[in-house]
Amino acid sequence: MSVVRRALIMATSAALLAACSPSPAPSAPGGSAAPAATSITELDYYSDEQGSAAWQKILDTCATQTGIKIDRQKVPTSQMLPKVLQGASSKTLPNLLFTDNPTLQQVAATGALTPLSDYGVTTDGFYPSIVKAGTYQDKVYGVAPGVNGLALIYNKDLLQAAGVEPPKTWDELKAAAAKLTKDGKYGLAFSAVPSEEGTWQFLPFFWSNGAELSQLDSPQSAQALQYVTDLVTSGSASKSVVTWNQNDVADQFVGGNAAMMINGSWNIARLDEQKALHYGVVPIPVPQAGGKPVVALGGEVGAVPVTSGPAQQAAGKVLSCILSEPTMLEWSKAHAYIPSKTDTAQKFGSQQPAMQAFVDEVGTARSRTAELGEKYPKVSQALADALQAALTGKTPVDQALKAAQQASGS
Amino acid sequence: MTLAAPAVAAPPRSSRRTRRDNRFAAWAFLLPAVAYVVVFFGYPLAANLVMSTQNYTVKSFYTGEAPFVGIANYSAVLSSPLFSTAALNTVLFTAGSIVFQFGIGLALAVFFNGRFLGSALLRSLLLLPWLLPLVVSGAVWRWMFDQDHGVLNAGLRAVGLDAVPWLSSTGWALPAVIITNIWIGIPFNLVILHGGLRAIPASLYEAAELDGAGAWQRFRHVTWPLLRPVTGIVLMLGLVYTIKVFDVIMVVTGGGPANATQTLTTWSYRLSFQDFAFGQGAAVGNVLIVVATVFGLLYLRSAKATLAEAAA
Repeated sequence: MSVVRRALIMATSAALLAACSPSPAPSAPGGSAAPAATSITELDYYSDEQGSAAWQKILDTCATQTGIKIDRQKVPTSQMLPKVLQGASSKTLPNLLFTDNPTLQQVAATGALTPLSDYGVTTDGFYPSIVKAGTYQDKVYGVAPGVNGLALIYNKDLLQAAGVEPPKTWDELKAAAAKLTKDGKYGLAFSAVPSEEGTWQFLPFFWSNGAELSQLDSPQSAQALQYVTDLVTSGSASKSVVTWNQNDVADQFVGGNAAMMINGSWNIARLDEQKALHYGVVPIPVPQAGGKPVVALGGEVGAVPVTSGPAQQAAGKVLSCILSEPTMLEWSKAHAYIPSKTDTAQKFGSQQPAMQAFVDEVGTARSRTAELGEKYPKVSQALADALQAALTGKTPVDQALKAAQQASGS
Repeated sequence: MTLAAPAVAAPPRSSRRTRRDNRFAAWAFLLPAVAYVVVFFGYPLAANLVMSTQNYTVKSFYTGEAPFVGIANYSAVLSSPLFSTAALNTVLFTAGSIVFQFGIGLALAVFFNGRFLGSALLRSLLLLPWLLPLVVSGAVWRWMFDQDHGVLNAGLRAVGLDAVPWLSSTGWALPAVIITNIWIGIPFNLVILHGGLRAIPASLYEAAELDGAGAWQRFRHVTWPLLRPVTGIVLMLGLVYTIKVFDVIMVVTGGGPANATQTLTTWSYRLSFQDFAFGQGAAVGNVLIVVATVFGLLYLRSAKATLAEAAA
């Protein structure tokens, strides 16, 4: 093999985009009255040990209830979208798909999903924000059995030793973080990685201060970014937040290197395992006392892609089972999610005190794609870039946001 | 036997037929290789070229429709403020990695060329970075680089130096990923250069030593010229391997902080799979292909010149 050819081969792999041959979309799905199939395929990204086991239990329950065999496939989170695109291109999508809610609009926009009303799935009693996240052009394409959000998780022992009350406002958070920072330990840990994960962690500050994703360079946005930047420049949070993902943040907290952290409800199970760790959860602090925190809504929505009539009907049945109240509660308990029905969530919160703060926040939480739809990923990336530029001190806050607004192209 | 008859009667025609058969056989032997190259390299390359001229979105994957936009993707990519950053980072990353990988690899190869107790064992241990999955090496380096609890900074503090914000400062992040990549690339250089050194006859060194050449002179006038063909291959492969490095950067910094370690490769991925601008991602990929091809052709020319020199 000549070196040039070898060079070409390697360069080709550098091109990253192995071509997928797109073929024309099939005609509209078969009649919705078609009989249900006896087995379906399902795709999700609960690939961590604990989450995967919990999800498998839910699927098993629904397989027994509906009599439909579920052939499950799981991929790592980062592989989800490439896998779905590949399936869309080769017409091998799973019959039932569970994906992160901000990507639903992207997938729905391709025309690869079917409206859930075809299968009698209703959204009565669900939080409106969750329904919004799954709605594309006035039709509901995805519904989540449970959702999650971010809150402030604190180490009770460290706060008590320092004589600090769990903070409720930005000023209190700033003071508490400063007071708790000592002996090589930081007051606060959060994630500001250059991806959607970083944006998701910043949004509670951004939205709670009244900023909007359609205008990234507003004064409210600048104030929020300045606040977060000050936490890092003052030394109350490590400069490493720009490299920590949320798992790293949880590591720092569990390891006792941070007295408080911004993190999601899915960490609760892990924190409970640490017998020596006494933690508490409060909603994300707000700019002014009396305000309501506005966090971003997280969680995976179930959708039924266009496959074949009988398989779609069967997938709809399984999805209805997953969205039923008992299953919803079981899933929420097992994976520390919040049930996505208002009543069920209230019941759940009163049974699980550690989850109450998360339940309270869901009422005011927002869907990331509600305003922007398909444009969200671009804006999210621009905001994550601004966050990184400001936190590393590369660009002043207002300039970083101006650049972000330009890059988001709106 | 009717076939044999004309063959006897008309020998010139027969030889023509044999030649034709030979040519057919030659093509038949070539076919698997050609088919392989066309299917696995030609097609993706062509598809990538086509994609870079289309407004290829998530929707296109399902519907197969992607409007033709000419060079719009290329102009969008080239005029993006990130292009110069990514291009410069790619150059620094590639040059920095190759210089040190090659230098250290060569020094170690020369060192291990001498026979001493445990040299084979040590040499095989040095291969370890090559055997580890890149994601594992990347994750471990990321821990070592940690500003507060990483072992590198602990070492610096122990000798009374200030901690370095390896991954959290825009100035240090690129050197940090380069260091990681150097560590990963040394075994490759070491193994191939060591093989090249083995091929140099020991008698030449003996002769040089008899003529009074010192260690440096022996290296400069015996090892270096005789190692040149191997050096060319190592540098060429190193260049192509390094320019396409993706996983190391993705695991260690994710292209951050503030795009300080964004190279053309990671940027191409980001455009495609985070911004969903697949056409622009393909355009960046094509820029990389052109660069790699240019260097491939340059190498081929220099290799030809070397061969001609040797023949003369």
